[in-house]
Amino acid sequence: MAALLSVQGVTKRYGGLIAVNNVSFDVAASEILSVIGPNGAGKSTLFKLISSFTQVTSGKVLLEGDRISNLTPHVVARKGVVRTFQEATIFRAMTVRDNIIVSHHLRSQASLLGFFLGSAKARADEAAFGDSADDIIEFLGLQGIANEVASNLPQGHLRALGMAIGLATGPKVLLLDEPFAGMNHDETMHMVNLVRRLRDDRGVTVLLVEHDMAAVMKISDRIVVINFGQKIAEGTPSAIQSNDQVIEAYLGSEDDVIGM
Amino acid sequence: MNIRSLLAVIVFIIVVLVAVPVLIAKSGRWDFYYTLTSVALLSIASAGVWFTFYIGRINIGQGAYALAGGYVSAVLVMKADMNFWLTLPLAGIFCAVLSVFIGMPILRLRGVYFAMVTLILTEVMRLAALALPVTNGAKGITSIPLPGAVSIGGVTLLPDFNTLENPKLAFYLVSATLMIICYGVLWRIVNSRLGHLCRSLQQNEELAASIGVNISWLRVLAYSISSFFGGIAGAMFIAVSQSIYPSSFQVADSVNFMLNCFLGGLGYVFGPMLGTLVLYFGWDLLFSTGKYQLLIYSSMIILLILLLPNGILSLGLFNRKIKADKHRDQEGQ
Repeated sequence: MAALLSVQGVTKRYGGLIAVNNVSFDVAASEILSVIGPNGAGKSTLFKLISSFTQVTSGKVLLEGDRISNLTPHVVARKGVVRTFQEATIFRAMTVRDNIIVSHHLRSQASLLGFFLGSAKARADEAAFGDSADDIIEFLGLQGIANEVASNLPQGHLRALGMAIGLATGPKVLLLDEPFAGMNHDETMHMVNLVRRLRDDRGVTVLLVEHDMAAVMKISDRIVVINFGQKIAEGTPSAIQSNDQVIEAYLGSEDDVIGM
Repeated sequence: MNIRSLLAVIVFIIVVLVAVPVLIAKSGRWDFYYTLTSVALLSIASAGVWFTFYIGRINIGQGAYALAGGYVSAVLVMKADMNFWLTLPLAGIFCAVLSVFIGMPILRLRGVYFAMVTLILTEVMRLAALALPVTNGAKGITSIPLPGAVSIGGVTLLPDFNTLENPKLAFYLVSATLMIICYGVLWRIVNSRLGHLCRSLQQNEELAASIGVNISWLRVLAYSISSFFGGIAGAMFIAVSQSIYPSSFQVADSVNFMLNCFLGGLGYVFGPMLGTLVLYFGWDLLFSTGKYQLLIYSSMIILLILLLPNGILSLGLFNRKIKADKHRDQEGQ
């Protein structure tokens, strides 16, 4: 199992506070790996470190052997690691289709000057982006709302649009930040299906951070558990479910109960 | 571009370059040439400000670049004996390069913080013009010669302005043409990929970065295009007035450039052009009210901004609105 993405001894210190402490794990190609942990465990910080939205204090993140930590977000995106955001983060005043088209930026062959002058290459790009956007819209089932302005959409669609934006960049690894948060059971199952198809049909490797245990157990090939910034367990969903340390982190240990 | 808007553009060009001169000749109001020339040039500078709005930054510092552009052109014409028409693009390029150095640190700021820094920029430029030896301090540079001829391969594109019977008309035609070219370029930018990326930047910088847009580079690029417009507008203005002083462009001018954009409509490429026309003519028309001029003028601006927060063009008399625009209006309410 060759690692596509490799997190190696990553530590993030904010002054005296250690948000992420020496965390290491590998993500294999075409894997769905979830990072779970109680609130404030450092999951979101870990995501920011992988996507270079924040700089690591020590350790490194490698993509196919190339260091991608401590760069800038757009460079990391260019290399193929793209994140979505916790809240519905989209381009509010654009239509759904325009949101997706503009996110094809990385696949652009022509220069900005070429686009300004309307060169043949630029026109080919535009046509290709339009086709690809329609393809993604169909893939995620957004046909009915393709021409709606994004800020009019309900929460569930926004989340799907966030995913569409990530997908449009043509990523190798998609980082999904709490894709099921605030969803009811049906919506969650729909989203679980989408994420799975993302991997099965599009070959995208998915790394996600999530609270919803039922969904995580259902969707993940493997799970990494962190608590107080440290990795406490890693394994398949069934192994994690029976791991004492994980149960302790979530429910508290027996000693704690007696102590109280 | 569809047939309808192409037709509108052609009509606009005919009105500006043919109908206006004919009407002025008929009415004998030759003073309008200076007014309209000013409107054309100020609207170029305003177009630059509008484009910084387009990346989500409030720019109250365009006066600085207009002043810098004016001085570059004046100094090159006077000291290096250069043809004015050559100094015009050089003034723009000088401002674009200058704005890269100024923009790199300050474009990290957002909202009111960026606006405040740009506001100070105009004052800094004025003080620099006062202090530097090359600008001749408070005495300024005067008696700048009229633009010379331009010819390529023996064909005269532009005659020597000294030989013209009516340089006012010539200045008007040149300025109006420059304005049309600048707005054409701006329209093309906004409707090409660069414009789309700027919109993504305006709406969500974090997300733009995460889809691979080099946001710091794009911000600087947009700002330098904006400053280029400021520079050539300033240079052309100085050629018309044949003199430049540190006070030629002041903080008040920078504020006006911004107001032109607000008044015309931030959602429309041609908003700043209309805004400049209305503001500049409005001020002139109120001249007869004497000491009440400023009071009436400022009250009217407050009313306009209260009643039409999305600018005059949002009235919808001027162009058909697309769905996204309509929506943007609702959001602004």
